[in-house]
Amino acid sequence: MANIKTNENKTKAQSMGLHSEVLTGKTQQKFFNPDEAENFYYWGTYDVDFNKRIDLDVNDLDCKEANKKIDELMSKGYGTIVIKNPQGKHSLGVGVLNKLNLIFEGSLGYFGVGSIDGPTVRINGRVGWSCAENMMAGKVVIEKNAGSCFGAAVRGGDLICKGSVGARTGIDQKGGTIIVGGDAGAFTGFMMQRGRIIILGNVGINLGDSMYDGTIYVGGKIGSFGSDAIESPMTKSDVDWIKRKLKVAEIGEDFDISKMTKVVAGKKLWNYDALEPTEKKGAI
Amino acid sequence: MCGIAGLIHRGKSSNVGNELQAMLQALKHRGPDSTGYALYADNDGQNFIMRFKVGENVGEGSSSINEDESVYDKRKELVDQMLKNLGAKVIKEEKLTPYSYRYEMQYDEDLMDFSKKIESIESVEILSIGKSLELIKDLGDAQEVLDRYDLGKVRGTHAIGHARMATESGVDIKSAHPFWGYPFSDVSVVHNGQLTNYWNNRRMLENKGMRFMSECDSELIAVYLAEKMRNGATLEEGMKDSLSGLDGVFTYFVATKDSLGMAKDTMAAKPLVLYESDDLVAMGSEEIAIRSILPHEIDTYDPFDGEVKVWQI
Repeated sequence: MANIKTNENKTKAQSMGLHSEVLTGKTQQKFFNPDEAENFYYWGTYDVDFNKRIDLDVNDLDCKEANKKIDELMSKGYGTIVIKNPQGKHSLGVGVLNKLNLIFEGSLGYFGVGSIDGPTVRINGRVGWSCAENMMAGKVVIEKNAGSCFGAAVRGGDLICKGSVGARTGIDQKGGTIIVGGDAGAFTGFMMQRGRIIILGNVGINLGDSMYDGTIYVGGKIGSFGSDAIESPMTKSDVDWIKRKLKVAEIGEDFDISKMTKVVAGKKLWNYDALEPTEKKGAI
Repeated sequence: MCGIAGLIHRGKSSNVGNELQAMLQALKHRGPDSTGYALYADNDGQNFIMRFKVGENVGEGSSSINEDESVYDKRKELVDQMLKNLGAKVIKEEKLTPYSYRYEMQYDEDLMDFSKKIESIESVEILSIGKSLELIKDLGDAQEVLDRYDLGKVRGTHAIGHARMATESGVDIKSAHPFWGYPFSDVSVVHNGQLTNYWNNRRMLENKGMRFMSECDSELIAVYLAEKMRNGATLEEGMKDSLSGLDGVFTYFVATKDSLGMAKDTMAAKPLVLYESDDLVAMGSEEIAIRSILPHEIDTYDPFDGEVKVWQI
């Protein structure tokens, strides 16, 4: 297990307040060092020009070829890429790690735009299972419906579906915001840890089952609450925040936010007391 | 992981053999071991079509024991004799592979008793009986099975199919989908998932006189629904009952001579994408299956947990 000790010889990063500890033992951790900033190279990122636009027809490409092509276009500075004929193919647009306008004229299959960090994505069709899984940052807007595990393990950014989504939306969510204009299936927010989910329509059974933290807002009927999910009063700041988010999402303009149900973790499943103090700190 | 696909044309016929092939081929990555078709063909509706096998495909990848082909001919002769004894009149017979046959016949008595007697012959299994149902299953992908059984020319109103990845039972025809809803003519089932109360249900149903031909958990769905219908339930009632009667994770399709249904378990653990219009319903484990026959932009959706739907032709 890693030990934590006070670092007496402060680095510039520590002087700036970026962190105050170092880990010793087997755990290796490298902190950001502003002195070396110019030496940093972010693999897979490019400087792109949003005004430089290109169409890419992926009808005859498999997902690997299509993603490679997107990468190639970004490396040439294209900042707006329009994907034609995605035809429900899986894993399109994954791993885009820089700012980019990515537009899909059609529908995606499974694992679309997963593990992205920064792009603005618009999908004019629907998406299959696990759309935007592990998304770090950016904005994804889906005009139609989405499959199950929508936004699984999302860590940041805004993920928006204007239609309905399947089961286990926001499963293991770790941050960011998921917004759904229609209904959501069973086990929405299953084991979510942080972040927020807004569902304007109805949700299925076991809402927020075993959720650890985070918040779920529901506009319609709730099938049932999951284990350790409880209702919490809506506050003015909740209403203001949702209003702002719905504006960003371009949906629910006339929606009565004040009547939404707020669901949070009851925290009865937490077992922090059994942890060592150092583990507790790490877990928090 | 397996892939399932289904489609129903409402108010017209189409080339369902080729359409289902395209859908199942798109799902090949979900199940490369065997492929099955249940095609509801434009037959004249006068005679029963019986498809049966007298042995297994022992080709590459098969988990079956190799047999001398001469035993197949012997078993076929026993089937012919049994049909004669039962009073069935064979109008036309086709040998499709060394181990499988298609008979067109006339028979007016109880199909359950009929099936029991035919299947009392060693290694003989009736794959289906129906007036429009043509049930074909074999090892290989959708294209190979289509070519082997010349299904490209089959026209009909609806069809369901399956691309199988064998998990809990062998790579053989008896464990492949679709399963016939024995003893009902024209009933077939395909399934994606796992059933965890298979043995309890199987023992209960066997005590009621129902028959199982394989150890594949999916066969339970066909037998379960058949037993419900035998006791007077409609197809939709039987399917709704299965949501609580069957334990595990599942998405399954059922087809009868004039309808197509889907059911999804209460946890929605298995995928299904659905397209519905006035004249066509198409569904599959993945969107690419539907896109293989409808390349233009369409609206599709995932049915929710515990959802049951039935469409008529």
